[in-house]
Amino acid sequence: MTTLLIALFGGAGAVSRFVLDAEVRRRARGSFPVGTFIINVLGSFVLGALTGAFTHHAGWLSPTAKDTLGTGLCGGFTTFSTASVETVRLWLTTGKAVGARYAVATALVSLLAAFAGIALGGVLA
Amino acid sequence: MAVTLPRRRGSIVHAHRDPALLGTVFVGGAIGTAIRSLLEDAFTVPKDSWPWTTFAINVVGAFVLGFLLEGLVRSGMDTGYRRLARLGIGTGVLGGFTTYSTFMVETTKLPWALAISYVVGSLAIGALGAWLGIRTAKSLVRVGETA
Repeated sequence: MTTLLIALFGGAGAVSRFVLDAEVRRRARGSFPVGTFIINVLGSFVLGALTGAFTHHAGWLSPTAKDTLGTGLCGGFTTFSTASVETVRLWLTTGKAVGARYAVATALVSLLAAFAGIALGGVLA
Repeated sequence: MAVTLPRRRGSIVHAHRDPALLGTVFVGGAIGTAIRSLLEDAFTVPKDSWPWTTFAINVVGAFVLGFLLEGLVRSGMDTGYRRLARLGIGTGVLGGFTTYSTFMVETTKLPWALAISYVVGSLAIGALGAWLGIRTAKSLVRVGETA
């Protein structure tokens, strides 16, 4: 049952990523993959918040809700595969430094977002 | 094929408003996310150790996505079944299968040295995987081949 919920929310996360990335792409200029960057930072923040709340035994967050929103929605929303392929494409076309910068910037900002989310989740619990 | 695809030039910009394509991404994303969830449950990793399950999922997903996207670009235009495969398998299954959020939250829980090696290792091996996938497609898929 939980797996089915995780799957449904994973599908919703993937659709949200597809729509958000396309909308950002229509507006963005340049080769930097802003869409995927925003998606991975935002998803890391939300999963951090869920994790922080869950660790502090937030009454409003059941294990099933945590897995459905965390593993399902955030997992389906964020993507490592696209980030890796975009890194290689930038590396091969725009320049090695640009590719490396994109990979490092995504990881650093997403990590900060995850820490911020955990702190916020702890406060909300 | 039951799906009607817009044919005018530049219509790719509005692919994310086509209900059939949105449905394709949804189904793919549901499948990919469910597989990752089952794998994470089957191969749990002890506290304070390298998160091998997520690492393997992400690297394999990066390789397959590199192969898929390069293979599709080489085989022809991004229309019909190629677009369905790109969105259903690429954006959907592989996007849902791999995860950045779990990768990051796992990192926050690791001791310093391990956290740094996990991030650097994932970024480097993930990019290497994607590159190998692209290279493999370049050597296996002939340009303009329609299959």
